Amino acid sequence: MKNVWTVARRDYRAYFASPIAYIVIAGFLLIMGWMFFFNLNYFNLQSMQYQQMGMGKQPTLTDGLIRPLYGNMNVILLFMTPFITMRLLAEERKNQTLALLMTSPLTLTEIIVGKFLSAFLLNLTLLACTLIYPVILFWAGNPEAGPIFTSYLGTLLLSGCYLAIGLLFSATTENQIVAGALTFAGGLFFWLINWAAQSAGPVASDVLNYLSLISHYQNFGQGVLASHDALFFLSFIGTGLFLTHRVLDSYRWR
Amino acid sequence: MITVSHLTKMYGLRTAVNDLSFEVKKGEVVGFLGPNGAGKSTTMKILTGFMPATLGKVTVAGFDVFDQTIEVKRNVGYLPETPPVYNEMTVLDYLDHAARLHQVPSAKRRASVGLAIDKTSLGHVAGRLIGNLSKGYKQRVGLAQTLVHNPAVLILDEPTVGLDPKQIIEIRELIKGLAGEHTVILSTHILPEVAATCQRVIVINKGRIVAQDTFEQLSNRLKRGQVFTLQVRQTEPSAIAALKSLPGVTSVSTEGSKILLEVAPEAGEVRDRIVETAVQARMGVLEFAAEKLSLEDVFVQLTTEEAK
Repeated sequence: MKNVWTVARRDYRAYFASPIAYIVIAGFLLIMGWMFFFNLNYFNLQSMQYQQMGMGKQPTLTDGLIRPLYGNMNVILLFMTPFITMRLLAEERKNQTLALLMTSPLTLTEIIVGKFLSAFLLNLTLLACTLIYPVILFWAGNPEAGPIFTSYLGTLLLSGCYLAIGLLFSATTENQIVAGALTFAGGLFFWLINWAAQSAGPVASDVLNYLSLISHYQNFGQGVLASHDALFFLSFIGTGLFLTHRVLDSYRWR
Repeated sequence: MITVSHLTKMYGLRTAVNDLSFEVKKGEVVGFLGPNGAGKSTTMKILTGFMPATLGKVTVAGFDVFDQTIEVKRNVGYLPETPPVYNEMTVLDYLDHAARLHQVPSAKRRASVGLAIDKTSLGHVAGRLIGNLSKGYKQRVGLAQTLVHNPAVLILDEPTVGLDPKQIIEIRELIKGLAGEHTVILSTHILPEVAATCQRVIVINKGRIVAQDTFEQLSNRLKRGQVFTLQVRQTEPSAIAALKSLPGVTSVSTEGSKILLEVAPEAGEVRDRIVETAVQARMGVLEFAAEKLSLEDVFVQLTTEEAK
C-alpha cells in the first residue's frame, strides 16, 4: 500500500509541476460554470413561468437542474480524461524513466494501481472544485442531498472507468497523442455501445446495454444508489487495470 | 555476489545473449566490454530483474533473479543508458522519491539522500530542476539514484556515454571510489574506460563471452604475435632488408626513425638476433622495447578474431 502511495504521490505532484493540472481544472471549471449558470437561468425561467401562469409542471431542483448538470459533467469528463491519462505510462516509456519503476522493488500491480490512483486523485480534485455548485444551491434553495451525493459517487465511478481505459492505452504506446486519441475513442465507444442494441438480437442487445457506461450511470443520476451498477463500474476499472498489467508485463518478455 | 550460468536471451528468433556464464565477487568492479549490440544491455537488464532470461540461472546477492525478483531489486542499483530522471522534479525531490521507491525507512531517508548527494557531489544543485541540468549532472543524478538505498550491487549501463571529457573523468573517479563498498558491473564500448575503472574485464561479442580476465592478463595473452619497436639513428634500406630476412620476423615497417617489427608467436626468442643485426648494420640503436598492446588493440583483436 505504501508503495502504491509512493507512485501515486509522485504522479499527482507531476500534474501540478506541469501546466496539465491547471489547464484541465481551469478548462473544466469554465465549461461547468457556464453550464451551471445557464442551467440555473433556464430553471429559474421555468419556475417563474409555472408560478405566474401555471404552465407546465412544477420543476424540482433535482430533475430540472441537478440531473442535467451532472449528466453534462460526465460528458465533459469524457473529454478531459485523455489529457489526464495520456502521459501516465507513455511519457515514462518515452523518457525511459519506466526503468526506475521497473527495477524498484515494487510489484507491477503496485505500479499500475499507483498510476491509476494519481489520476483518480486528480479527478477527485476536479470534482471537489465543483462542490461550489451544491453549496450555492443549498445556500439559495432547498435541494435534495441524496441525488447530489449519488451523482458525485456515480460520476467518480464512471470517470474511473475512463481513467482505466486511458491508463491501458497509455501503456500501449510511447506516443502521448496516440494514447489520448485512443482513450477518447475508447471512452466514447463504451458510451455509445448500446446504440447497436436496438437492432441486435435479444441476448446481444442485453449484453450491449449492459456494457454501456452511460446506462449504468442513470440510476446514480436519479438518486438511486445501485450496487449492481457500482459493481459494474468497479469490475470495468478492474478489467482495465488487469489489461494494463498484461501489456506492461509483456514488455519485459520482448 | 553475482553468478550467471548459461544465460541465454532470445528476442523472438534472434539470440541476443548466448550461453553466458561468469561470476563477480564482492567488492569487485567488473567491466563489460563489447561493441554496440553485443548483448551488454540485455545482460544487465536481466541482472536487475527488469527482464527475464530465456534460459539459464542468475543469482544476485544470493537471490534468484527469476524467483526472488523483488529481493534482487532491493539489492541492486541500476543506471540504464538514459538516466531515468524526471525533468520536472528537483534533484532533492527526485532522490527522495527514489528512496521511497526502494523502501528506505522514513527515519533514514533524509540521511540516505544526503549521503547519495555527497558521494556524487550534487550538493550545490540539489534544489534545481533536473530538466535544467546539463547532461553530465543528469548522469550524476542517475548515479545518485542508484546509491540512495545503499545497494550491494551497482549495475551501470554505459555510465559515461555522451559526456564531455572532464565529466567522463569525474564519473570514472566516482565509480572507482565506489569499489570495495559496492560490487559494480559497468558496461562500455569505450576501451580506456575499462582500463581506468575496472579490475576485471568481460569481453562480450555477439552475445558470447570472448574473454574474461584482468586487463594486464588480457593484453599479455594477446601478445603472442609480439611487436617490438626499435629506435635508431639511421634507417638504411639494406639494414631494413636484413631485419626482414631474420627468421620469425613477419613484417617490418618504419615510422621515421622508429622501426616496428612484428614477430610470429612460434618464432621463440628473437630479440637478441634483432639487436645483433641492427648493431652489425650500424643503425645506431637508441632504444629497443617490446610494444604493449593498447586495450583498443586487444578489443579489436578479440572481437574480430571471434568474427572469423
